[in-house]
Amino acid sequence: MTIKNRAFIVGAYEHPTRHAPDKSLVQLHAEVAIGAIADAGLSKKDIDAYYFAGDASGLSTMSMVDYLNLKVRHVDSTETGGTSYLIHVNHAAQAIAAGKCNAALITLAGRPRSEGSSGAVPRAVGDASPEAQWEAPYSATTVNLYALCAQRHMYEFGTTPEQLAWVKVAASHHAQYNPNAMLKNVVTVEEVLGSPMVASPLHRLDCCVVSDGGGAIIVARPEIAASLKRPKVAVLGAGEAIKGQNGGEIDLMNSGAAVAGPAAFAEAGVKPSDIKYASIYDSFTITVVMQLEDLGFCKKGEGGRFVADGNLISGTGKLPFNTDGGGLCSNHPSNRGGMTKIIEAVRQLRGEAHPAVQVKNCNLALAQGTGGRLGSRHGSATLIMERQ
Amino acid sequence: MSKIASPSVTTETAQFWAKANEGQLTVPQCKSCGKFHWYPRAYCPFCDSDKVELRPAKGTGKIYSYSVARRGKDSYVIAYVTLDEGVTMMTNIVNADNAKLAIGQGVRVTLVESENGQRVPMFEPA
Repeated sequence: MTIKNRAFIVGAYEHPTRHAPDKSLVQLHAEVAIGAIADAGLSKKDIDAYYFAGDASGLSTMSMVDYLNLKVRHVDSTETGGTSYLIHVNHAAQAIAAGKCNAALITLAGRPRSEGSSGAVPRAVGDASPEAQWEAPYSATTVNLYALCAQRHMYEFGTTPEQLAWVKVAASHHAQYNPNAMLKNVVTVEEVLGSPMVASPLHRLDCCVVSDGGGAIIVARPEIAASLKRPKVAVLGAGEAIKGQNGGEIDLMNSGAAVAGPAAFAEAGVKPSDIKYASIYDSFTITVVMQLEDLGFCKKGEGGRFVADGNLISGTGKLPFNTDGGGLCSNHPSNRGGMTKIIEAVRQLRGEAHPAVQVKNCNLALAQGTGGRLGSRHGSATLIMERQ
Repeated sequence: MSKIASPSVTTETAQFWAKANEGQLTVPQCKSCGKFHWYPRAYCPFCDSDKVELRPAKGTGKIYSYSVARRGKDSYVIAYVTLDEGVTMMTNIVNADNAKLAIGQGVRVTLVESENGQRVPMFEPA
């Protein structure tokens, strides 16, 4: 069974807030759910499936369905960190293709900025996690686990700090047009390299923002998509993978995208050079470089050269990416960037991105996520979408 | 370096940590397929055999990757070290000039006391 053309993204909504100290977490979930339902032109009674990752400890899918007062016949609580939402779209498309539901709501919300959570401090990992005792003593954090990949990438392939900085520079060129972006100032390579070192070789400006907010997506049957007034965005293909430490045979130079990407391209029946716009998860600059290689936009080891000199900037570069400013400049709610990756791809396909960054004739887009920690274990997902 | 979080020792891993307190780094090896693995667990992650033994490690290896990270005013070095036995493990590099660290550099194990007294394997330049 394929999901190709069997499901459409009919609703997408990103919360405009980046700082929400006066709202509860579930309230943010409700606001993005209502926003996505309205964007689609549906009503809540049309929603018969709900997808929710564990983006707050102790908050269950049951609690969320009850709070939102949904009547669902299909649920999925797949949790793979920031990439969960891309996997949710894949699973929702599968469920729709199998006749298990008609319209699936996926929500994300979080308040890490208000709660003081970031990738620079160790996060509590439950003692039940088998890796906890082998990593906690060493102060493994999100940022230093990505830094290990960056350091090794520089060693193996000669990637430079300047090349990594170009990823941030390109994102900042896009963020200047996004009124909701947390960081709207255009930065230079020199400014990235001059920002404080957080975990070598990653500087502060190699890291994404810490923001409150959220987003929601609605995936629906083709018949529903056809009945609505919004531009039609079909799901063409998807792939997913989990990559870890392989029993101690560690290889930091390949991410899960090397599995998820080819699967998605094969299902969609397209190749990297066909893609007009790419949302690439940008938790850190190195994340973008490695995913672009693994997806086949360039050869392994050439990611640094690929992203340099503005190649990711819309209008001038070969591969316009993260035209909302991405996680590096705009938004990374709940310390998770997968949802906003899908939403900006949908905007591009609908022709609703900011005119200054809208890709011309954008009929084919990709959204790519890497959740968890690239340097230890992570979830990866690729989604290919087409305007029809 | 500031406080070192103590590992949450389980029945599955108690023997490894007891050996560490004796000053011995051990590495699990499967008696069925012969392969070493990391991290220690009750089953071989490659062939699923439960005939896993902790072998004394030589205690030497090479830095696979590292990062000098900030913690308040302190800095510390997180790293992956590939042991001579062939497995790569997460660790800290200590007693080193952080500016002179390099991938491929030889290191040897040192067992360092964590908060509750449990010793954990870290590495220093060989």
